[in-house]
Amino acid sequence: MPTQTFILNGRRVSVDVEDDVRLLWVLRDLLGVTGPKYGCGLEVCKACTSHINGKAFNPCSVPVGDVQSTDEITTIEGLPATVGRDLHPMQEAWLEVDVPQCGYCQPGQIMAAVAKVRQKGGALTDADFDEIRNICRCGTYARIREAINAGAANM
Amino acid sequence: MTDARRPSPHPRPPAAAEGSEAPRARGPRRRSFLGWVLAGPTLAVAAPLFAAGARDEPAGAAIPSLPEPSDLFDLGDLQDLAALPTSNLITVEIRQDGTAAFALPRTEVGQGITTSTAMLIAEELDLPLDRVEVTLADARPELLFNQLTGGSNTTRSTYDAIRGAAALARARLMDAAAQEWGVGRAQLSTSAGVVHGPSGRRATYASLTTKAASSTIVRTQVTLKPATEFRVIGRPHNRVDALAAVTGRKQYTLDLQVPGALPTMICRPPTINGTPKSVRNRAAVLAMPGVTDVAPISTGVAVRARTFGQCIDAVRALDVEWNPGTEDGKSDDDVLAELREAELPLLVPSLPLLATTVEGSFTFRFRSNSPLETGSAIADVRPDGIEVWSCLKVPIAFTQQVAQKYGLPVDRVKVHVTQGGGSFGRHLFSDAALEAVEASKAFGKPVKLMWHRTDDFRQGRTHPMATSRVRATYFAGNVLTYEQRHTSVSTDFRHGLGEMLTAMAAKLPDGDYSFAQSIFMLTSNVSYDYGVTTQLLNEVDGGFNTGSMRNIYSPDVCTAQELITDQLAKAAGLNPYTFRRNFVKDARGRAVLDKVAQVGNWGRSMAAGTAQGIALHSEYKGWSACLVEIDCRPATVNREVSDAWTGPRVTKAVFAVDVGLVINPTGLTAQMQGGIMDGIAQALTSSLHLKDGAFLEGSWDNYFYTRQWNVPPDVQVIVMPSTSDRPGGAGEFGVAASMAAVACAYARATGQVPTEFPINHSQPLGFDPLPTVPPIPASPTDGLEHVY
Repeated sequence: MPTQTFILNGRRVSVDVEDDVRLLWVLRDLLGVTGPKYGCGLEVCKACTSHINGKAFNPCSVPVGDVQSTDEITTIEGLPATVGRDLHPMQEAWLEVDVPQCGYCQPGQIMAAVAKVRQKGGALTDADFDEIRNICRCGTYARIREAINAGAANM
Repeated sequence: MTDARRPSPHPRPPAAAEGSEAPRARGPRRRSFLGWVLAGPTLAVAAPLFAAGARDEPAGAAIPSLPEPSDLFDLGDLQDLAALPTSNLITVEIRQDGTAAFALPRTEVGQGITTSTAMLIAEELDLPLDRVEVTLADARPELLFNQLTGGSNTTRSTYDAIRGAAALARARLMDAAAQEWGVGRAQLSTSAGVVHGPSGRRATYASLTTKAASSTIVRTQVTLKPATEFRVIGRPHNRVDALAAVTGRKQYTLDLQVPGALPTMICRPPTINGTPKSVRNRAAVLAMPGVTDVAPISTGVAVRARTFGQCIDAVRALDVEWNPGTEDGKSDDDVLAELREAELPLLVPSLPLLATTVEGSFTFRFRSNSPLETGSAIADVRPDGIEVWSCLKVPIAFTQQVAQKYGLPVDRVKVHVTQGGGSFGRHLFSDAALEAVEASKAFGKPVKLMWHRTDDFRQGRTHPMATSRVRATYFAGNVLTYEQRHTSVSTDFRHGLGEMLTAMAAKLPDGDYSFAQSIFMLTSNVSYDYGVTTQLLNEVDGGFNTGSMRNIYSPDVCTAQELITDQLAKAAGLNPYTFRRNFVKDARGRAVLDKVAQVGNWGRSMAAGTAQGIALHSEYKGWSACLVEIDCRPATVNREVSDAWTGPRVTKAVFAVDVGLVINPTGLTAQMQGGIMDGIAQALTSSLHLKDGAFLEGSWDNYFYTRQWNVPPDVQVIVMPSTSDRPGGAGEFGVAASMAAVACAYARATGQVPTEFPINHSQPLGFDPLPTVPPIPASPTDGLEHVY
């Protein structure tokens, strides 16, 4: 069984597992990192959204063998450290607006929001919001929109 | 027009719920509670047996057999009543560090009840909210009916008991300080977890809890705070678990680490409720990487592996021979034909020749109540007992079912209730937990079972397909008759509510009604004075896995009612707002209607192809109104978003809600916002298509629940000032008026009254269906091509 090595939330990790196991299960089932959630495993619901080298991606759809030893994987657990604070400004905005209801999709929503704001270079327009595909079954979308642009102002 | 006042044989003393005058808050009212101080090293109190004094309704009050029983006694009242005899078992503890602990015998699935419950305790205890810890109680069979979460009923049924327990704790802490200082309790006050006495003396709850404890059970009495002194109830509070949610620390079932509980999934049949006949390649699948166990269970073939990814591969590799399912060969049209055949006749009395008859027949398609967290449970079946972790809204029924099935005493089945990633009706059933127990038993090992998303849509619970026929007659300024015949695929109530109804049978509306008909009558009503009114339900076809979906009947019943109301308005030559205003039964209804009309600028000039819609709904002792604006112009309808359904867009939603007494306006606003998103989805985009005994939808890009591109850019929720000193319901309350308002707006924008919901159901499918064999698709491998 091959050994997989990469950087997870700032620390190098190694785990023995077959190349074709998707990264989400390596994180959740083998490394016990449970912030990224399973909502479909089909790269559709986006509940597992995390960052690879600072950009958003869905670990449910990446075989762990495709992850390079130099790749930096950041999950919601490691997001605050990327700004050297207890909470990322996007998380603070989420708290300020009281976005979550059941909370299940929210780690993915926040990781998507941070990447989309970085990509667009600031607050999102109506058209930009159409590019955020994350499902929220509680229907917190209106507060997500409010929080994203509040968080963008402090990023 | 005057309100039809009915004498209520089921008085609800403080409420302004029935036939009330103008909304206003009631004056202070002091209530006495009897309760117990429990024996223990630190203070623990039990709330009063009956909440007597707070609920001075006579036991055994008869329920009238009126055309609209839900006006007087609704589903929530039934649940309230069922909860009363065991409320005394609700206990609040004051720990050594001065914090309060309370294990809530209800299930948090996003509706915010841990927050609102903490607020009730903080209020009566005079303790900061962050010093109150609310957890979810394990299944407690001794609570009988008092551990069922549903029907938007948690706050209604626990409001008195929880406050009573907290008030008892505070009184006992004050008594301990009074004794210590040799003064009377009247000279003491409390604030922020501290008892204050004469000459600046103070003692924290932490310092008093041991002194306040008792070595025997002591009966005691306490008085609750009057509403005029509320400092927490009614003020906005953010969720107590928000920090955990945004940091990924909030734990759901699948996040728990139970030793040896390896990932487990089920290979499911190609048609609804098929069963496994034989597994042709068990040995080959057992030899796959990571796979530890393969065994058939009642619903499919269970596989256990080191990771869920390896479970998915194993499920796809299994070669299984299947027995038929319960709906093989059937498609949407077949079910609709069954419904049409079962529709009860409309029986309008003879009318003056000049009366205008308004009629409509509406179809409501199957809808998936899928929460984002799929079905999940951890189970450890050992010879001497069974332990289960799962998000269960009726954990007692599950516990009893498992104990009976495996021949164990109930106390050998330990059930831990976990927080859920949504529910929307799904967690009233224990499907995943029952499977986990079966798989653990088959393997002789602990399992962590998870449903695949594709299975969740195809084999999971669905809101039943239904039709609603309405006939109303209008003559000379009055609506003379209103008849509604709702016909539905059978709704499964075998989750505990049925048992509650049996036990409470004497309290049900008179007549020989089924569970479903009784629930229909307890939840349905007409918001308007429409003369002779009848609403009836008939059901067909028990072969589907059904359940409620953020309400059972109301959104569909209300949508049909409101579309007909717009046509009655037309017959009367009035605009939809004015007509509703003239005919609404209750001043509270008129108030929410006026509010959305004013805030939403009703009647403003709109471009062709766009329109406003307005709708009203009453339930849970509350009133709600919604105004939306919709854009049905081709440029909007044909907007391109990849792998998405765009269609008509709701551009604005204004919602006003009166729930009686508001506990947490922040949580209430959130629930209404979510209800609006569900209402939009149910009216415009989201349904399941049945074909040859299977549902076609298999992913969130097939089942079109509201996404960012469907969200109204402008959403406003107005929480009306409290009109009662008792809370109503909130969890499901936002859906009905929203769905109806969207339907009415669509009809006004397009000039076509829709007869089917969602309106896109019969248009060409917006996706390519996934295969049914293997039952779940392969996990994608191209994730790194889509980074941003």
